[in-house]
Amino acid sequence: MDEILDEIQTWRARGDDVALATVVWTGGSTPRAIGAKMAVNARGEFVGSVSGGCVEGAVIDQARAVLKSGKPQLLNYGISDDMAWDVGLACGGSIQVFVEKI
Amino acid sequence: MSEWFDQFAELCAAKKVFALATVVRGENLGAKLIIHPDGTYSGLLGDGALTESVIGDAVRLMALEQSETIAYDDVHVFIETYAPPPRLLIVGGVHTAIPLAQYAQLLGFRVTIVDGRGRFATRERFPDVDELIVEWPDDVIPRLQIDQSTYVVVLTHDPKFDLPTLKALATTQPRYIGAMGSRETRRQHMAELRAQGVSDEFLKTVYGPVGLDLGGRSPAEMALAIMAQIIAVRYNRRGGHLMHAAAE
Repeated sequence: MDEILDEIQTWRARGDDVALATVVWTGGSTPRAIGAKMAVNARGEFVGSVSGGCVEGAVIDQARAVLKSGKPQLLNYGISDDMAWDVGLACGGSIQVFVEKI
Repeated sequence: MSEWFDQFAELCAAKKVFALATVVRGENLGAKLIIHPDGTYSGLLGDGALTESVIGDAVRLMALEQSETIAYDDVHVFIETYAPPPRLLIVGGVHTAIPLAQYAQLLGFRVTIVDGRGRFATRERFPDVDELIVEWPDDVIPRLQIDQSTYVVVLTHDPKFDLPTLKALATTQPRYIGAMGSRETRRQHMAELRAQGVSDEFLKTVYGPVGLDLGGRSPAEMALAIMAQIIAVRYNRRGGHLMHAAAE
């Protein structure tokens, strides 16, 4: 958290809304551990990471939607037969990412 | 809206031990609780029974420095624990200490350098370390509140500093002690300290020759081998190639 806190405070100080995405559950092999975080502002700027780069794009889109709606979201990413998941993790693991406005 | 965040940022900045609990599934999605190690808390999760269960689990997880999402019937709560960053105490402001301090800071350690020799422990050599102490290590060590979040590396590589330093460390309980020096140096140090009454139990815990077996001999390469060993100790691993490690 320390490594992204400064950036978040800078964004908030200039009046930007900020969404925080946190890995809250992992299954199997995943690039980042539970607690990994990424912050996104309404301009689409981001800091930190929740994976090795494979789902960040999708999380940024969801985070901007959360900033608009104000409603938190729990997102699932993983390898699955369910083709509804169009964004997946190449490592074979799965993660849940909680996205909230702060 | 973001009252919790201000408190959270403050606790992070103050390097406190605490837990942040968030409802990530079910009723009151996004509700937050901040819990302190003594069980006091602020925030609101919904009903009192849930709050009480979450506080109990948060206190348990803080002691383990672990974070976890726990299901309480239909409500899932992510309990994330925060602990102050570990500290690296480097005894001896020698050449290898310079890259070692840099690696340690990059890895989130607070760094303290102790050296009785003012020419070694200077701000010119260590511009960014958190603490620079020009004093004899054996005088300072009792004051440094060395605990399980402290890692110590003795780089002085000279018996007149190494021996009193290790003797002083024998009365503390850091997570790790590494001491620079060859197998022969280690053998001599151990014999001398044993003769001075330092216990074998303690001496066995000192890593020396220090570092993982990476093969490099430059100061930066040695510093990397030492830092890699510290990370391995932190997470209870042996080090080595992941491709040769047993699958979890």
